[in-house]
Amino acid sequence: MIEWFVKTFPNVVALGWLGDTGWGTAIFQTLFMTFWSAIFGGFLGIVFGLILVLTKPHGIRANSFWFHFSDQLVSLFRAIPFIILLAFVAPVTQAIVRTQVGIKAALVPLTLGVFPFYARQVQVALESVDPGKIEAAQSLGASLSDIIFTVYLREARSELIRISTVTLISLVGLTAMAGAVGAGGLGNTAISYGYNHFDNDVTLIATLLVLVLVLLIQVIGDQLAKNLNHQKK
Amino acid sequence: MTEIISLKDVDVTFHQTKQKVVHAVQKVSLSIEKGDIFAIVGFSGAGKSTLVRTINLLQVPTNGQVSVSGKCLSRSGRVLIGKKELQQERRQIGMIFQGFNLLNETTVIENVAFALRHTKLRDDEIEQRCLELLRLVGLQDKAEAYPSQLSGGQQQRVAIARALANKPNILISDEATSALDPQNTEQILKLLKRLNRELGLTIVLITHEMSAVKQIANKVAVMQAGQLIEQGDLHQIFLHPKKELTRQFVGGSSAAVSTLETLHLAQLTSNEAIFQLVYNVKNVTQSIIVELYRKLGIEASMLYGNVELLNDEPVGTLVILVKGDYVQQTEAVKFLKAQNVDVSRLDERGNLYD
Repeated sequence: MIEWFVKTFPNVVALGWLGDTGWGTAIFQTLFMTFWSAIFGGFLGIVFGLILVLTKPHGIRANSFWFHFSDQLVSLFRAIPFIILLAFVAPVTQAIVRTQVGIKAALVPLTLGVFPFYARQVQVALESVDPGKIEAAQSLGASLSDIIFTVYLREARSELIRISTVTLISLVGLTAMAGAVGAGGLGNTAISYGYNHFDNDVTLIATLLVLVLVLLIQVIGDQLAKNLNHQKK
Repeated sequence: MTEIISLKDVDVTFHQTKQKVVHAVQKVSLSIEKGDIFAIVGFSGAGKSTLVRTINLLQVPTNGQVSVSGKCLSRSGRVLIGKKELQQERRQIGMIFQGFNLLNETTVIENVAFALRHTKLRDDEIEQRCLELLRLVGLQDKAEAYPSQLSGGQQQRVAIARALANKPNILISDEATSALDPQNTEQILKLLKRLNRELGLTIVLITHEMSAVKQIANKVAVMQAGQLIEQGDLHQIFLHPKKELTRQFVGGSSAAVSTLETLHLAQLTSNEAIFQLVYNVKNVTQSIIVELYRKLGIEASMLYGNVELLNDEPVGTLVILVKGDYVQQTEAVKFLKAQNVDVSRLDERGNLYD
């Protein structure tokens, strides 16, 4: 089995496990970028999603300035192709993390790339909450934070998990792209060591590993969304 | 009796686009007294829901004045109290809805506890109070269930428990029984009546179901196109309706009309007239038709008859065909009116005769 593997995928084995080119390093880098950009981008996405829903016309804190500001900002960042965003925000990256290369530097464009996508989906998920529930909460004298946490976020939680799953998966895709410009990770392995060296076996294994990661996210996300849903089907 | 809710010249105007302006509520004034079950009836789109939402300022009126328990909450389109104070005032006004509006991702007991979040009660006291409220509505054994596991009637009872959590003086019911089957509707109405009697709860009941009004209300206001066209106590509105719409809503009218339609009466001659009589059975003890013949010699035959309970008092509706010339018809009407009977003339199809 091992002999067959070494024979069939010589270049895969040559890269090793640890070290700069190793598979373990690549997997760690992909997970690191996905995790932290999901945290930062997710936070920004929820904040902007909430602002969009709360400040929209007839929202419970209707405010046309904040609504249009966040609406335009989200639209703007969504319109920039990610590969261009990577280059475009380089000076910002330099200012924040003091370098333009590596996985930490990739977090800035990843976060900026994923949050508008997520914010729009959060907006849709929160708008699916029956306005009657918001009204009922208001009639009970609920405060803004009660309405945000217990009504909006909690009532939409199953939907939020579903969209988070979709977003995480597309985020894995973005980390691969960031890898292409030197951030490391499985995307980098597939392109720099596989495609550019004509070592197709490396590209194949890197692709399979990304697929496994995506599949894991999907299965866990679906299960969680199902378990947390008490709405009528 | 002391006034608990007072609306003065309340307007609510929506600007849907620059050109399109909707006057949802226009110059509505009403006064609701403590302990009333005040019904507001009208067809959908009449502005009933918008009107009651001005009471707890879920809808801030464009103009006019809203006072609750003697405190002026809004005047001339402005809210007169701060956000925190408004939240406190709202806790004194419970509200239930057609769609129940429970939180589906929280259990029944958490739904009730949600209303008590801002009290100074300890967690165990909140739990006690919630169980007490669930017992009041007969659902103590469903505390840990999720709303989707309950029937519509049970969900509405949870909503009532939630609305009563802060011991409000007022309960607003916005079509609360409209989505329920007759049996559940009956249960909810009985519960509301009981709460009114036992807790002295003032209830504002919006509905298009006249049967609900007849069963529990003591006062009625009729709304049409954003305006209050008639109001008074239940018997007055029922026995002596002044407006056409009120007649359509109350009385045995609609049943009488469909009965007349099935009879396919021939065109009336000038010596025939159809009258609809509505009267309080307690006050009118003699047989009306017999009296008409005995006292005036006027013959009348009965086309439709019904007696129903109006807030526990029997009210009769009769549709009769009177034979006689114009003078006799006029005499009959005069006689009936003297007997405290509300008389309106109908044509052969059951429509009001002008």
